[in-house]
Amino acid sequence: MNLTLRVWRQKNSQDAGKIAEYPAHDISPDMSFLEMLDVVNEELTRKGEDPIEFDSDCREGICGTCSLVINGVPHGAQYESGTAACQLHMRKFKDGEVITIEPWRAKAFPIIKDLVCDRSSFDRIIQAGGFVSVSTGGAPDANALPVGKPRAERAMDAAACIGCGACVAACKNASAMLFVSAKISHLASLPQGRVEARERALSMVAQMDKEGFGNCSNQSECEAVCPKEISVDFIAQLNREYLKTAL
Amino acid sequence: MILDGKTPSGPLAEKWDKHRFEMKLVNPANKRKYSVIVVGSGLAGASAAASMAELGYNVTCFCYQDSPRRAHSIAAQGGINAAKNYPNDGDSVFRLFYDTIKGGDFRSREANVYRLAQVSSSIIDQCVAQGVPFAREYGGFLANRSFGGALVSRTFYARGQTGQQLLLGAYQALSKQIGLGKVTMIPQTEMLDLVLVDGQARGIVTRNLVNGKVESHAADAVVLATGGYGNVFFLSTNAVGCNVTATFRAYKKGAFFANPCYTQIHPTCIPVTGDHQSKLTLMSESLRNDGRVWVPKNKGDKRAPGDVPEGARDYYLERKYPTYGNLAPRDISSRAAKQVCDEGRGVGPGGRGVYLDFSEAAKRLGEPVIRERYANLFDMYERITGENPYKVPMRIYPAVHYTMGGLWVDYNLMSNIPGLHVAGEANFSDHGANRLGASALMQGLADGYFVLPYTIGHYLASTPRKPVTTEHAAFKKAEADVNEKTRKFLSIKGKRTVTSFHRELGLLLWEYCGMARNDSGLRKALAKIPQIREEFWNNVTVLGENEGLNRSLERAGRVADFLEFGELMVQDALHRNESCGGHFREEHQTDEGEAQRDDENFCYVAAWQYDGDGKPAILNKEPLVYENVHLAQRSYK
Repeated sequence: MNLTLRVWRQKNSQDAGKIAEYPAHDISPDMSFLEMLDVVNEELTRKGEDPIEFDSDCREGICGTCSLVINGVPHGAQYESGTAACQLHMRKFKDGEVITIEPWRAKAFPIIKDLVCDRSSFDRIIQAGGFVSVSTGGAPDANALPVGKPRAERAMDAAACIGCGACVAACKNASAMLFVSAKISHLASLPQGRVEARERALSMVAQMDKEGFGNCSNQSECEAVCPKEISVDFIAQLNREYLKTAL
Repeated sequence: MILDGKTPSGPLAEKWDKHRFEMKLVNPANKRKYSVIVVGSGLAGASAAASMAELGYNVTCFCYQDSPRRAHSIAAQGGINAAKNYPNDGDSVFRLFYDTIKGGDFRSREANVYRLAQVSSSIIDQCVAQGVPFAREYGGFLANRSFGGALVSRTFYARGQTGQQLLLGAYQALSKQIGLGKVTMIPQTEMLDLVLVDGQARGIVTRNLVNGKVESHAADAVVLATGGYGNVFFLSTNAVGCNVTATFRAYKKGAFFANPCYTQIHPTCIPVTGDHQSKLTLMSESLRNDGRVWVPKNKGDKRAPGDVPEGARDYYLERKYPTYGNLAPRDISSRAAKQVCDEGRGVGPGGRGVYLDFSEAAKRLGEPVIRERYANLFDMYERITGENPYKVPMRIYPAVHYTMGGLWVDYNLMSNIPGLHVAGEANFSDHGANRLGASALMQGLADGYFVLPYTIGHYLASTPRKPVTTEHAAFKKAEADVNEKTRKFLSIKGKRTVTSFHRELGLLLWEYCGMARNDSGLRKALAKIPQIREEFWNNVTVLGENEGLNRSLERAGRVADFLEFGELMVQDALHRNESCGGHFREEHQTDEGEAQRDDENFCYVAAWQYDGDGKPAILNKEPLVYENVHLAQRSYK
């Protein structure tokens, strides 16, 4: 099939950036969306034009590196939900379709080049308290502390977050609440993480605000685009954990 | 040269304890005076960096990804082994040790593997304390399942995302140390050279992938935890960014590269659909419990699978291996699939695929049972291929997914270059010629949490070093070399893209140094690789500039290294005139098609030494001495 791509091109963080149009010829429906971009880039390179920079690594939906807004929706979730853009395949598109591709847009995710943005703000939120303070060695036997299955399953539901940032890109407030709540809920659901729940909620939320992420819009756009289908219920838990710190 | 692995003396079970006592310690108050560089932030790198920072060392950690949480350890699905014996089914440290040695086809070092089994239990304890949400039983205790090559259930798991959860545990421990200022984390940065001063590893030269800045970093010791080299084949289950550059540049600075020909090919992956493909995706091996593997009996039979009558199908695994059938071991299944496709009987686009058919199982068990067992895998398959495996058979084909070879290390995980330590998939040490499932995660974390923090201290305390800064001439020379190479890439302005060369090399290696190898094929590859390399250096095109994000430039450096490393891999495969584990030389097989080792002549680690461009590498040997296990024909019949 043949497509027309409208792609955000931006030389560097200072550049204003603009949409440029490129044809994509002979695209096989079996290609992933990123492989389609590979094909376009090979063609551009052969013509001596700078290829489109975009992020990707594992290409199997788990590393959270890829970060494309496809026709207005992060990861192209309107075409295939519950997956990252690397697992979206071209058979979901129609021959002749015009596809607009943009980067994540948020104050806390400044654009580096074209479709690549800087998500180090997420790392800094984890560094502020998204961990259990246990040093290597001296941990008790793994079975010393039983954890009920429903609790363990809930922790795992939250821990599945891949830290891609689609939740932020989908939110009109560029809120990181789904990301932060997933880590807070993951650790607070387990006895090992419960001990520091209070400090963790305070310091992660403070860092989140400091990075320039907005507040929750209560519209659940984040859940709709999340490649791991993380539930907004965790945002409720985050609010609860945060409120408890005031008691 | 005969290499000494520096295995401690004494009984196997006491070696590590004894060694820990004999190793020198660094005074707690002095640890802050030492600096350690860790390259890579996967399971091995992140756990080593975090643990050493906790001890008090000043650690600088580098990764090429935009966050340490994205290292490719994250993609491991199945689980992590540990000799906990929670199910009371007869597991022990010795059994895990033996299974790993046997699984590796008796080509790994006894003492290292025993230590791995010994520390395996502590890894699970540590991860649980970090909040890793392992699967649990209703009583709240940890669940186990079984994996290939073992008759006990010793695999701990977190759904199908065990690697992700373990990595996040290590990443969080690392993040805590970054927040405390004990680790300086430098993401989006690639190591491009190792720097030696007075023969000791004293630092690295890196390129910042965002702004192109080339920088030097000095330290008292260097750890490489940079993963495997599966992407030399272009198509593999590795992430597209995985590369051999860090370990290969260390090799060119004098570190020995051990057993590069030991590569593992996984039998059940989604096949290549066309030449646009950028990577391959693994489908869990568990599918072979209920799926039947077949291809049409006749060459060129283009009928849809449902139209091929029973009599015209060849269930080749069941035919050739009646005892194991569809559950024949990985290496045998992989080779058998290649064989039927070579005969022109492969299915799907390009004829490189075989059917994995669930229709018989669906009839026997009913579709709901199949759905319950495999729904997530069937969904993933449908997403990628667009075909519904409940209605048409899956198409699968083997793919490269792990490399057992790596930089040579001694018992302390130190290479032959003093101060250069290597951990995880980047070293060669524990898996011999074939790795068992759920053992990669175990090894990465064992190295990082429980081995390196001790052995690096010993190195720092026992080896005198001069003070060195990045002003030293060795750093300036390495920086100049890196800059010159970058300039060269950008100035060739040829006609072919970097990817086209990578793909060409990958296809060649897959053909001649993949699942099955033979003397004449390997010689063909050895003749062809220098030609590809020469064309690369004369006709590659790398656009853009150094001073900014430039993925083509990054890839050019990695592919240039693969073009040299591929030759080393083939040289090793040609020299190892036996079959063992993942290295299958067609000349050496039993009547049943099993790998036939030659213990008399090849019971050693082949550690290759760089001897200058254009010259064949020099072979050094570390004899493998087995004091506790009997070398046997590996059989799972």
